[in-house]
Amino acid sequence: MSADHHEHEHDHDHHHGHDHQHDNRYSDMQARVKALESVLTEKGLIDPKAIDVIVETYETKIGPRNGARVVAKAWSDPDFAEWLRTDATAAIASLGYTGRQGEHMRAVFNTPDTHNLVVCTLCSCYPWAVLGLPPVWYKAPAYRSRAVIDPRGVLAEFGLTLPEDKKIRVWDSTAELRYLVIPERPEGTEDLGEEALADLVSRDAMIGTAIAGPRP
Amino acid sequence: MNGPHDLGGQMGFGPVAPEKDEPYFHTEWEKRALGLTLSGGALGGWTIDESRHARENIPPAAYLGASYYEIWIRALEVLLERHGFATRAEIDAGQKQMEPATPKRILKADMVAGVLAKGGPCDRPVETKPSFQPGDRVRTRNFNPETHTRLPRYARAKTGFVEAVQGSFVFPDDNAHGKGENPQWVYTVVFDGPEIWGEGADPTLTVSIDAWESYLERV
Repeated sequence: MSADHHEHEHDHDHHHGHDHQHDNRYSDMQARVKALESVLTEKGLIDPKAIDVIVETYETKIGPRNGARVVAKAWSDPDFAEWLRTDATAAIASLGYTGRQGEHMRAVFNTPDTHNLVVCTLCSCYPWAVLGLPPVWYKAPAYRSRAVIDPRGVLAEFGLTLPEDKKIRVWDSTAELRYLVIPERPEGTEDLGEEALADLVSRDAMIGTAIAGPRP
Repeated sequence: MNGPHDLGGQMGFGPVAPEKDEPYFHTEWEKRALGLTLSGGALGGWTIDESRHARENIPPAAYLGASYYEIWIRALEVLLERHGFATRAEIDAGQKQMEPATPKRILKADMVAGVLAKGGPCDRPVETKPSFQPGDRVRTRNFNPETHTRLPRYARAKTGFVEAVQGSFVFPDDNAHGKGENPQWVYTVVFDGPEIWGEGADPTLTVSIDAWESYLERV
């Protein structure tokens, strides 16, 4: 019996537009994932405690604050900014951010002329080492389909309207390079230290769906 | 393959719906799905390219209706079955029925920090010199393989220019199918919006892809 056949049956049970379709689908997945974890644990192929550690790592250690510190340092230290331009992987590693889905980093700098926007149209490639786990919208069809053809429309849905003559560069992450947008430094921040500057850098600003600034 | 995953330029999915203060996980099972996917990969039975191809092979209606963690789990089940770690019947029952294939490693809790910090670099040396240099005009090839490729449909048979030589990397079109890593040079290639989208395209738009050398022809 093929996996497809099985999935087809599953979908049929709960896919007819009932009010609780969403709940049913999620409880289906809960049972499905639980069964998978059970059998793999029984077979000695996984360690459930390793899963706990993975989850804790991405909930508490590897998240967008990492990237915000990279950006704040780039704003504060021209030598570091230059290092980011020439070898982003090494520059970012110097702050302790390395590894999974950050092995081959590239930093792309917004300028007065050009705004950068990052997408993965083919899957969900994302710079985990500096931004952590991607948000749902980044992995969903609406963003993946439209970022490359209608980026201004997408940005408007994030509340960001760029000047009409500003160029937009969209980076489709089709290979193993992972892109971090370095937003422009907001005006009037000359006196701020790196930690205060990092507070101005949201996850979305490092994807390109926002600009840097105080949290609204 | 021209699968449901190749979304660039498709229409009809509605507005992007960013969620304010989105949590890292929306349900408990998403946490387990993340950990299972990483732990499954650590078994060493398949490459990241094969796992991407398994996700692309989810039937379109299911793929487009699934959350990404669900896509991961559906593909993980296929990969576990394909590589002899668990049968469909075992996965459905949630119970062991036979001995699994021997994994290369089992990810234990005390290994997680090291494994995540190390990652899985995909750059590999090649003996050839890059065929293209920054500034070269190139055209992407036009092909429609039923197998894995990382050249999106919207960027096939399009003319652009090489912006950067990014190094040499494992070639996913081969590696996804167990044909070896066969590394090639990878280039960032930039296209003008109108070259890709034609009439009505945003004149301020440029789009880049990262393209393996065999995706490209000199113009």
